[in-house]
Amino acid sequence: MTYGKGLLQGLAVTWRNLTRRSVTAHYPDVQPDLPPRSRGVIALQEENCTSCMLCARECPSWCITIDSHKETIPATTEGGRDRSQNVLDTFDIDYSLCMYCSICIEVCPFDALHWSPEFAYAEGDIVDLTHDMNRLREWMWTVPAPQALDPGAEPAKELSAWQAKQAAEDAE
Amino acid sequence: MAEVIDALLRCVAVVAVFMVFPLVVGQMEHKAMAHMQSRVGPMKAGGFHGWAQLVADGVKFVQKESIVPTAADRKVFELAPAVALVPYLLAMLAIPLGPFFGQGNLIGQDLDLGLFFVLAAMSVGVLGTLMGGLGSGNKYSYIGGMRVAAQLMSYELPMVLAAASVAMAAGTLSLVGIANEWEPWWLVAQLPGMVVFFVAGLAELQRPPFDAPLADAELVMGPLTEYGGMRFAMFLLAEYAGIVVLAALTTVLYLGGWAGPFSDDIGWLWTLVKVMAVSFLVIWARVAYPRLREDQVNSLAWKVLVPVALAQITLTTVLVVA
Ligand code: SF4
Ligand code: SF4
Repeated sequence: MTYGKGLLQGLAVTWRNLTRRSVTAHYPDVQPDLPPRSRGVIALQEENCTSCMLCARECPSWCITIDSHKETIPATTEGGRDRSQNVLDTFDIDYSLCMYCSICIEVCPFDALHWSPEFAYAEGDIVDLTHDMNRLREWMWTVPAPQALDPGAEPAKELSAWQAKQAAEDAE
Repeated sequence: MAEVIDALLRCVAVVAVFMVFPLVVGQMEHKAMAHMQSRVGPMKAGGFHGWAQLVADGVKFVQKESIVPTAADRKVFELAPAVALVPYLLAMLAIPLGPFFGQGNLIGQDLDLGLFFVLAAMSVGVLGTLMGGLGSGNKYSYIGGMRVAAQLMSYELPMVLAAASVAMAAGTLSLVGIANEWEPWWLVAQLPGMVVFFVAGLAELQRPPFDAPLADAELVMGPLTEYGGMRFAMFLLAEYAGIVVLAALTTVLYLGGWAGPFSDDIGWLWTLVKVMAVSFLVIWARVAYPRLREDQVNSLAWKVLVPVALAQITLTTVLVVA
């Protein structure tokens, strides 16, 4: 009795779907329920950035443009040495190239880059997808506090590395 | 004078039904199909669950330019949508809706040869698609047109045979007569005929899963490839009008038409409910089943439907004579 079974299955599947709630998300009437650590847009904490260029060099798609100049901070004490500091002139991310790989954020040693869950920044023209540091700074306000790990997730790499180090020290 | 007014009224009523029912079925298709695929379908047009989607579509179609390809056979090409649409309007004229609060039967015109008339009209409707296919001057349309022709030939026979079996059982060709003669046990005795009639009707309307002539993935809508704007809208309307006619015929022939509690008063409602239920089946078949290949389409007709229809006729003959 396999003949005609597929016909019945087709009806059964469609009927089941008909009687259940649809899975459609009603954006923009209803805002989406984003999972933790959603990669919406990259925000820049400009004050933290030292223009070290690590992110720009690691970015696989070469979509970060950084320009900076040096400024001298005069010595605060008599006979002291002047210090120099990098000041950002340009920090652009071209979102028409970015592939949201998060490498720049991982690599930044000064925690200047963060993921923000904001995703609605479509533009009418592709060149307008290059956002400058002012815009990236504004997105900083939308970065959520670190979110808890999912149940059953493996612990953060930093944590496990630290624990391993502690254990090794204890063993000595 | 009274006769003229009466005739006018009937015409207006039939045209109104013709304009409204296909839209209702179309909207039902939008929504039912969406939910069967776990979607919601149109939600915006008109506000409440997109009820005005088809009106909006219609407005859009009206605004479109009407193009005739240079390679097309102009007259045939331009006439085809009308040939596809008008027969269903005529068919609706002869389909009874049932008693209306004791006011006699709601019907455009009760014909002695109603069944014959309606079946003939349905076949003429298919010719419109055939004309579109052959007149477009497009190879996809041409192949589609050929498939339409093959499908029409294959499925006409089982459909007529199945309908003949009911007519024989009722002893009349009048649709009102058949529905009046209908008895509940026909549901069992005429079941194979009903299935054959329904399936053949689907095939004749080129509804999925029998849409090999349209086959958007291989033939780019076949006979309809070159059509746009109002003409395309007429083909679409013809498709849904066809569903209504098929559902109404199935109801009247096999489901007893207006048979049901209080049928003297609300018989017409029973007919409508049954028509909608059958239309839902048409939609359901579209969602649930993939398209049949061209050879499968024809072998289904000749190897399954025709023998079943013949067996049904034999059975009915035995029952009538016995
Ligand atoms: S997420 Fe990846 S592609 Fe995008 S800017 Fe950072 S490193 Fe470049
Ligand atoms: S890696 Fe961090 S600190 Fe260095 S330039 Fe990029 S954002 Fe600035």
